[in-house]
Amino acid sequence: MKPSLQYPQRFGRILLCQARPRRAMAIRSFASVMRPKAEEEHAATSPMIRVPEEKSTIAAKTPTVSIDLHLASNDNTTEAAVFESPSEIQYAGNATMPLTSVLHIVKPSEDAPRGVWPVFRLMDENGRFRDPAFDAAVKDMKEVTTAPPSTGEAAKDLTGLRAKLQQQYPFHAKEFEACTLLQESKHPYPDTDSKNTLLRAHQQIVRLREMDTIFQNAQRQGRISFYMTCRGEEAIHFGSASALDPADTIFAQYREAGPLMWRGFTLEQFANQCFSNDGDLGKGRQMPVHYGCRALNYQTISSPLGTQIPQAVGAAYHYKLQGKPNVTVCYFGDGAASTTDFHSAFNFAATLKTPVLFFCRNNGFAISTPVAEQYAGDGIIARAPGYGMAAIRVDGNDIFAVHAAVREARAYALEHSAPVLIEAMTYRLGHHSTSDDSSSYRDKDEVSSCEHRFDPLGRFDNFLKEQGWMDDAALSALRDDEKRAVLKAMNDAEQRPPPPFKELFSDVYKEIPPHLKRQQAQLETHMKKYKGKY
Amino acid sequence: MMLSSLRIAERRLPILGQQVVRRAFHQTVQRNSAGAAAATADETREMNLFTAVNQAMDIALASDPTAIIFGEDVAFGGVFRCTQGLAEKYGKDRVFNTPLSENGIAGFAIGHASVGGTAIGEIQFADYIFPAFDQIVNEMAKFRYRSGNQWNCGNVVLRAPCGAVGHGGHYHSQSPEAYLAHTPGLVVVMPRSPKTAKGLLLSSIRSPDPVVFLEPKALYRTAVEPVPTGDYELPLGQAEVMRSGSDVTIVGWGGHLKVLEEACDMAHGLHGISCELIDLQTILPWDVDTVVESVQKTGKLVVSHEAPLTCGFGAEVVATLQEHCFLSLEAPIQRICGLDTPFPLVFEKYYIPNALKNLDAITNVMDYGR
Repeated sequence: MKPSLQYPQRFGRILLCQARPRRAMAIRSFASVMRPKAEEEHAATSPMIRVPEEKSTIAAKTPTVSIDLHLASNDNTTEAAVFESPSEIQYAGNATMPLTSVLHIVKPSEDAPRGVWPVFRLMDENGRFRDPAFDAAVKDMKEVTTAPPSTGEAAKDLTGLRAKLQQQYPFHAKEFEACTLLQESKHPYPDTDSKNTLLRAHQQIVRLREMDTIFQNAQRQGRISFYMTCRGEEAIHFGSASALDPADTIFAQYREAGPLMWRGFTLEQFANQCFSNDGDLGKGRQMPVHYGCRALNYQTISSPLGTQIPQAVGAAYHYKLQGKPNVTVCYFGDGAASTTDFHSAFNFAATLKTPVLFFCRNNGFAISTPVAEQYAGDGIIARAPGYGMAAIRVDGNDIFAVHAAVREARAYALEHSAPVLIEAMTYRLGHHSTSDDSSSYRDKDEVSSCEHRFDPLGRFDNFLKEQGWMDDAALSALRDDEKRAVLKAMNDAEQRPPPPFKELFSDVYKEIPPHLKRQQAQLETHMKKYKGKY
Repeated sequence: MMLSSLRIAERRLPILGQQVVRRAFHQTVQRNSAGAAAATADETREMNLFTAVNQAMDIALASDPTAIIFGEDVAFGGVFRCTQGLAEKYGKDRVFNTPLSENGIAGFAIGHASVGGTAIGEIQFADYIFPAFDQIVNEMAKFRYRSGNQWNCGNVVLRAPCGAVGHGGHYHSQSPEAYLAHTPGLVVVMPRSPKTAKGLLLSSIRSPDPVVFLEPKALYRTAVEPVPTGDYELPLGQAEVMRSGSDVTIVGWGGHLKVLEEACDMAHGLHGISCELIDLQTILPWDVDTVVESVQKTGKLVVSHEAPLTCGFGAEVVATLQEHCFLSLEAPIQRICGLDTPFPLVFEKYYIPNALKNLDAITNVMDYGR
């Protein structure tokens, strides 16, 4: 039987390792790593310390000091207590790690063989699908698994469109086959008469953009107190929401009105919330854009950043325990990814193996702070391997790529009962909120350049025109229709009264406790006394 | 050495009957559950506080298939042994360790409850609840209100051991109830004994509102009393008059009531003073009426807690009482509390609002104006 060796306690966490008896034991001196200079001086006088002549190729890139310290045996009588140095070592948690005698600090750029994470995208700025031959430095390209159909008919309906795309872009044939954006909608939605899912997504992007423009102007006119636009990020909203099951609970931040719209939240409901009237499901208690809808499985938004991330993990854990075939989806921005809750949630999700999709909208800014001042690594996605989590980076302005990524991630999460991180690269075309003027911290040329290059709606328009589904006149008519619908919803909402006064005291607890009843009675007495002042 | 393995002076708590329910924030219910199938309503057993807490969670897991228990080191039984044997009995997917992150525990609990699960989270020490403060104050407490009652996380209980233990120093001794009590939407509970701990914990778990349940860790092993072995609940939001008296009202909560009982004994033994001792049990929402009724009878009030004096929950009790009992008061209300210093390790005996300090306050209000 092989003897096991317990390292001395001064080596901290090292536990047990298997080793064969041999003549000498070489142990890396951690002290020497910490004090290379002192050890160098020591090396000149001690025959027991040597600087290795050979270095690995990685180590050769940087000058390193690597010293092996051969511990002298105490005397000549304990030959059997000397062990061969193992090539790997097992630490707590059954983690076996290779040993190296090369002192080399790993630079971030050397961390992963993949280097910078690639961005998955299908559709380019012209609304055409990419030929993977143009892909730069992506080594692990998938094989074409679905043969392109033989028919070359022009697309008249979705089946025809799918077939045409599959023939035109054989590399993406599988994506087109599975893409629910290219299938008839399975669910009746009262707010739309779109003939199919793809046009409905396009229509809702137009609707959301018109809503953003009009509500933002309403805030400027003092009609509502606050607003936040989603401009530039609509492909993320509808690409992801369309890949989910309606029973997947959404935990959103505050810039994801799209998924709620996709699930059936009407313009009237959006307007009622922003005007805090008696139709607001939140009973007028929160600032505009803090939407929520139990019926549509969309958790009510709160302002503190990142708090929804661990909550999404806890909810997903419930689904897992109940055996439900559902995930939770958690949206957050690049700024929220710096919060404590982000880290806790990622670690919880990975260790507790919960089926949750973490969807990071990397739009370049947290209010005014650019991503260069938010993180030093390769975006948010590079953190995923550190948590032991699957991940994919996607072009957030390509609705097809977002949809495909979320669909795959959802399937992965359910199959493996594990979290997946999706980092969508995009650009916040609007201001942070109506309380912000982004021209004070970013160049107007930058914004217009990004609007030209990144606008997801323009790209979608191009695609529809390319397919012969829409022309400029149809697009213009659609915008006009949606604008009218938004204006009507807003004007109607403005006419409605605020929620009843009693709602001030309800819902703090399930039942109103005695001290709140007392306060309510006091307030009512006061208001009676000063009638007309409130 | 683990804190829980050290004992403070061994002293049995008296067997205390619960007062008749007059108006309960949440009603008392006798239940039969799978976990207590064999127990009759009257059967009791001598047990310490951690065993009572353990039994409550055992019953909760047995009677509610969506209930889970989680936190740091929970799976092997917890550093105070409160979850002992539960992972073995109910499986590692229902009783499990989380990574070391209090905000993560609180956030996870809220999310789990928001979609229909029952979440019993453990914060290893109340001193470490502060990283979870954002989740507790901004999320847990406002969850129902902010959604217009569409969503709620009422099925959350966060348990946390609190209070002085003799050698806990700054970070194993604090009582954070006042921070929490400043938060509309939360229920804050602090039991004083094994029997109240079990009944109040079961009520908290089944409460439709989120609860922070602060357990006096000094009593985990030392407090022993007969506890019903079955499933029972004690009402939240209701105080209990532990001792009736006619001269002065003493108000306290949690493990500190042991000290106050001693003070009452001394006041009676040395000076023949009859003290009425009230355990608030629920800090938020607290039972104003019971205290008001008592002070209207005695005319004198001493409020005592371990947490620091300034902005301690005693301040709330005093402010409310002077408003309701202004004409009944015969002496200035006294607050005997922890000092406004960090909890000091070697100076704990000076810091603590001990029986002697309380006795002094009791005699002072009795002598006032004489």
